[in-house]
Amino acid sequence: MEILQRLGRNTIDTFASIGAASLMLYGALIAIPKWKNIRLTVEQMYVVGVQSLLIILVSGLFIGMVMALQGYTILVNYGAEGSLGPMVALSILRELGPVVTALLFAGRAGSALTAEIGLMKATEQLSSLEMMAVDPLRRIVSPRFWAGVISMPMLAIIFSAVGILGGHLVGVDWLGVDAGSYWSIMQSTVDWNEDVINGVIKALVFAVVIVWIALFKGYSCIPTSEGISKATTETVVYASLAILGLDFVLTALMFGIS
Amino acid sequence: MTDNIITVENMSFSRGQRTIYDNISLNVKRGKITAIMGPSGIGKTTLLKLIGGQLIPSVGKVEFAGQDVHRISRSSLYQLRKKMGMLFQSGALFTNMSVFDNVAFPLREHSELSEDIIHTLVLLKLEAVGLRGAHDLMPSELSGGMARRAALARAIALDPELIMYDEPFAGQDPISLGVLLELIKSLSQALQLTSIVVTHDVTEVLSIADYVYILANKTIIGEGTPEEIQQSESALVQQFLEGKPNGPVPFHFPAKDLASEFIGNQ
Repeated sequence: MEILQRLGRNTIDTFASIGAASLMLYGALIAIPKWKNIRLTVEQMYVVGVQSLLIILVSGLFIGMVMALQGYTILVNYGAEGSLGPMVALSILRELGPVVTALLFAGRAGSALTAEIGLMKATEQLSSLEMMAVDPLRRIVSPRFWAGVISMPMLAIIFSAVGILGGHLVGVDWLGVDAGSYWSIMQSTVDWNEDVINGVIKALVFAVVIVWIALFKGYSCIPTSEGISKATTETVVYASLAILGLDFVLTALMFGIS
Repeated sequence: MTDNIITVENMSFSRGQRTIYDNISLNVKRGKITAIMGPSGIGKTTLLKLIGGQLIPSVGKVEFAGQDVHRISRSSLYQLRKKMGMLFQSGALFTNMSVFDNVAFPLREHSELSEDIIHTLVLLKLEAVGLRGAHDLMPSELSGGMARRAALARAIALDPELIMYDEPFAGQDPISLGVLLELIKSLSQALQLTSIVVTHDVTEVLSIADYVYILANKTIIGEGTPEEIQQSESALVQQFLEGKPNGPVPFHFPAKDLASEFIGNQ
């Protein structure tokens, strides 16, 4: 009986918080954009986007290098090391680019967003905005949402580009795969819509989910130090799980056998 | 036209299972300093948030300047809030902006004034709280009392009709306490501001208030001018004013009998 009760309560709580999160997003996004808000969005793009560049560049480079190394040792057995280019490019563009960027973004920018907004709540800055007749949803939440949604796909594209260059570095410059075949087979295999655009769509979906979770967790956290720390942890955990789950769904929709 | 700027009528408010207020009514007269006192933890801040429309009462209504704060549309509520200033306990200054920008913030958000005029206005507001010299400091560089004064300058930036002080004296040294007391009084007189001061510092607030409400046990246990309150015959009011540890407000948090706690209920 008690188990049933708890199950019921948890279900209701879950749906209530999904509802609250949707209301938050609705309140933040349904507004005529003002010049001032565009400026705030650009400022936030610097914080969540530009400041995440270093970790994205370094990770992208190393993942590309590892892909080339692993791929080469297998492909060379079949004398197929010429196909290294498309192997690296496809796995990065379709999967690793969007997914790893999203995981890094959730850890680097998502947690920071939650902590920032949580602390603003704890220090009554959000309340004082409301009392100054400034809507915190439009002033604080909305610019951060748009900044994340715009920056994250760009970061994923940069990640993929650097990854492919990293593959070139190891495969061609170090292991001696022919540069011509690395690029030309890649060009003939990789499809613009099928691979590149689908990867960007994945990144866009992940971006919406990460930023939404991060902003809601910060906005609804219990305004104490434990509350903020719990909210920050939850942001990273929920966002990472959501990314991996959604990745499977999106992959099935995009590349699934029909 | 009454001279009450705020009327709270038969309002009840509960948070989860816990009732915070049970059917309270109070009035705040325009241009006067009204003090709301009571022990910690009975939700005095909650009352200010109810007046500001940040929380919604379960029963009853709150009127500000003739408008029902909780029934008007969201945009009218935001219009209404431009007429209210609130000084938060922590000051709640924006930590990423200098004192100047903090005070300029409401002006930049809500007025179309040029930067020159804003500059003059901000310096005048800071002059009023004695912090003109500190305008380019960051909030982290201010002492507690200075942060509260800077926040006060921000709260009066839009020349509100009402200003609500949430525990303005908590944790202040005697000098900054005296400064704040003087400021509340002079602002109220010079700007014709209505002030609500929520506090538990009895002597300080009785010296400046025009009217006092004492809250306890989810309701109003005493009201009147400071003189009337001091002569109140209510044991509860007297316990509060004199700070006795035991009385109608018990020293012990409700618990079962000590003996049965140790012996157990065999």
